[in-house]
Amino acid sequence: MSTALGFVAFVLHTALMLAAAPVAAGLVRWLKGRLLGRAGPPPWQPWLEIVRLSRKQPVFAENASFVFRWAPGVVFAATLAAAALVPSFALHMTTAPIADLIVLAGLLSLGRAALALAAMDVGTAFGGIGASREMTFAAYAEPALVLVLTIFTFALLASTTNLDALAAQLHDFAFGLRVSLGLALLSLLGVALADSGRLPVDNPASHLELAMVHEAMVLEYSGPPLALLELSACLRLLLWMTLIGTLFAPFGLGPADAGPAGWLAGLLGWAFRVVVLSAALALLESTLAKMRVFRVPEFLGVAVLLALLAVVFLFVSQGFA
Amino acid sequence: MSAVLLLILACVVAALAALGLCAAVLPRRIALLHAVAAGLCGAGAAITLAGTPGASVALPVGLPGMAIHLALDPLSRPFLVLVFGASAAALTAATDVHGPEDVRAAPFLPVFVACMAFALLAADAFGLLLGFEAMSVASWALVLARHADAEARDAAALYLGMAAFSAACLVIAVAMLAMPSPDLTFASMRQHPPDGAWAAGVLGLATLGAGAKAGLFPLHVWLPRAHPVAPAPASALMSGAMTKVALYVLARILFDLCGDATPVWWGVPLVVLGAASATIGVLRAVLEDDLKAALACSTVENVGLIAIGFGLALAARGADLAPLAALALGAALLHVLAHGTFKTLLFLGAGAADHAAGTRLLSRLGGLVHHMPVTTGCMIAGCAALAALPPSSGFASEWMLLQSALAAPRIGGLALQTLFACAAALIALAAALAATACVRIIGVGFLGRPRVPRTAGAQEPALPVRAALIALSVLTAFIGLFPGLVLRLIDPALRHLVGGGIAATSLFIATSHDSPGYAPLAIGVLLAAGAALPLLVLRRRRMQERDAPAWACGFAASPPWLPFGDPATQYGAASFAQPVRRTLGTLMLATEQSTPADPGSPVPARLVAGFTDPAEPLLFVPVGRVRLRLSSAFDRLQFLTVRRTLSLMFAVPLLFLTAIAVLEAL
Repeated sequence: MSTALGFVAFVLHTALMLAAAPVAAGLVRWLKGRLLGRAGPPPWQPWLEIVRLSRKQPVFAENASFVFRWAPGVVFAATLAAAALVPSFALHMTTAPIADLIVLAGLLSLGRAALALAAMDVGTAFGGIGASREMTFAAYAEPALVLVLTIFTFALLASTTNLDALAAQLHDFAFGLRVSLGLALLSLLGVALADSGRLPVDNPASHLELAMVHEAMVLEYSGPPLALLELSACLRLLLWMTLIGTLFAPFGLGPADAGPAGWLAGLLGWAFRVVVLSAALALLESTLAKMRVFRVPEFLGVAVLLALLAVVFLFVSQGFA
Repeated sequence: MSAVLLLILACVVAALAALGLCAAVLPRRIALLHAVAAGLCGAGAAITLAGTPGASVALPVGLPGMAIHLALDPLSRPFLVLVFGASAAALTAATDVHGPEDVRAAPFLPVFVACMAFALLAADAFGLLLGFEAMSVASWALVLARHADAEARDAAALYLGMAAFSAACLVIAVAMLAMPSPDLTFASMRQHPPDGAWAAGVLGLATLGAGAKAGLFPLHVWLPRAHPVAPAPASALMSGAMTKVALYVLARILFDLCGDATPVWWGVPLVVLGAASATIGVLRAVLEDDLKAALACSTVENVGLIAIGFGLALAARGADLAPLAALALGAALLHVLAHGTFKTLLFLGAGAADHAAGTRLLSRLGGLVHHMPVTTGCMIAGCAALAALPPSSGFASEWMLLQSALAAPRIGGLALQTLFACAAALIALAAALAATACVRIIGVGFLGRPRVPRTAGAQEPALPVRAALIALSVLTAFIGLFPGLVLRLIDPALRHLVGGGIAATSLFIATSHDSPGYAPLAIGVLLAAGAALPLLVLRRRRMQERDAPAWACGFAASPPWLPFGDPATQYGAASFAQPVRRTLGTLMLATEQSTPADPGSPVPARLVAGFTDPAEPLLFVPVGRVRLRLSSAFDRLQFLTVRRTLSLMFAVPLLFLTAIAVLEAL
């Protein structure tokens, strides 16, 4: 019974992530519009764009090889697999035993590398610019991510980086309030902004080619492949929101075998976390300007240092305890 | 049964050496001889896999009064499988003989393999050193195959110097180890481990000696010079297999021969040097323009990762945390197998690209995917493993390594904890930068448009090379999807050396028996399902694709005299590395000199960028200066008068005998 419920929860979770991802991205866009005094496009606008793109005829550059054609599928598969691993409304889904945080980072990096290769494939300058910048940013984001992981594994004595096990322990408030946790949250927020290509690292609404990162990489795509890449980008944003929400505010999360009645609290909690984080992101994006590209490593370097500081704090406090 | 298999293995090794001699006298039959050697290596790998560790035989040769002992023990078995497997692939590729340097290298290639296998099979100190040093000499000859190039000669000289240094350190380390023991066999040396300052001396000398051969910072400088100039199969084996033999010697001495009561701090030097190698190696891999040099630098990175695993395992064993030690050592040994496989693949692929395009420089390659789709596909498979992308083989081992680094703070002590946390962060940095290096190698070297006309005429390599590439890609994918099966090969070594095993089934690896872990096949299934989903949704309205000129924000089509477009409008090797070099370049002592053009001036603006490996000014330049001063000081001895020369020749033995007499009397 519980395995069946776990599977149903997993399928529902994946479908919900897919369905909600463009809406979350649209929500940020709508809120930003409101904050700037515009009416703003409706939150479901990204869905309309994705459907419209998927109906168009795909046009490929003459020089494109199989890498360019297959990359959107790989990017989407990696992002969807990563999104399927992050618990949104219920714990102990079928994927719980393999929902490892390092695997999650690996899947995101697989998507990133596939997109960067596709960007290099056509042989235009913009693709190269985007690919080179994106890969450089990742070199700063990943150490910060691993240091944050150190905090969780060490503080919880969990001896695991399994997201489900961590979320379950955090849900039981095994961690308490700590300085390290706050620093880790700040660091992880910086990493999330960089990885999902949001301001101040990258402007998703940019029309200036030389300042683009993610948009420069997808510049040569059109039609259904572009729809797939847009959907993946939305999914990446929702994934980070869900991940941060699950790690730092796991209220409402119940086990998957609690059944639909139990899932409702989890769903409400998840929706609340996503809306709050979207609002925060919209506020941040409408108050900040995009950084120069070479300021981004400094920004992410601060994230690494914060995480390192948090780790040392933690070791010191555990040493006294 | 096992003793018979061991004797057969010894015969395989002898036959490989004999084949090398045959190649020297039959230069026209090289392809056939290499094919036979590849078959022998394949048979050797199969026998090693079939044999059970434990048997031992004594050969009737060796030092006066002492036999050389051969044995297949739990630690040498995975290394031997790797050496034989990688050599089978490399020798298969070597049957495609191109130029005079391949003919010159031909006799040494099977001998090189035989020496590596002999060093791994040896069960006493003399046999180990004999095989190891013979391996160094054989690989030196391979580096010198293109001896008409000054670059190759310089690299060979540097390599020989490093090999001599490594030999000096290792001979002294082994002598110190053998001092308390009645004979030179590992079994008796194990019974008499060194202690105190002797043990620390052995640790230092073994790390220097084996580290110099494996490419551990700061003794890694020869790798990016020597590996690229050797013929492709030779450089594949040097990077894929030979560095692993050096790591085997390190593991043999530190984990086995020094006994199992080593203190916690023994892990520290290896973790520090490993982290430094990983960082410096991967940074150079991002910056190098030469494809094979970039791959050699990434070997430095991977050797660093393996050294971190060794260090963590030593520290954990010292703290009596057997499961953690097993996890770290298991990660290191799995990475040995994974890296040995995919690095052989990448070097063979780079050799194919070099042969097809006539250059190894990334800034002159490009667009090979259209003419060499099979090679490009295999290179992408190898690079995915190098970049540690799931579900590849590199990810499985780096997952275990990160897990052990994350659990290592449990060993205790604030300084050690901070060190291990930093090591974990540096492992992540190395993985991310390795991904950057891989995207650069594939994206600049193989995708995009050709940068020189020669590249446009590239062709797929000959059938044996393609077969080797595909076989190695399949093997890499297998290790990635079933790391649990590969860990079974390693598990006996872990139980033997650190007294713990790995919690892994064939489909699942975990940090402990009751914790969740990493299931590569499940991740693979999730990925396949994710990739199938859009295909299913979009299948119903499958539209005709259309080809059009690249958009590039409305960039004008290139003129007819530039059939592949203007090469300068494509992102190149240096431009791709520019963000990394600007932000992390201080570590590599990067220099930039820009000469802007004045407005209206017809002189072009110039930006000259270069970098220096920090080990060169810190270590190699001063050492070179001291060597020069010493040699010019000793030069004077050559120009003495007859009288003085004769008195010197009398004085030296006299002093020597006096010293012995005094020491005896003491």
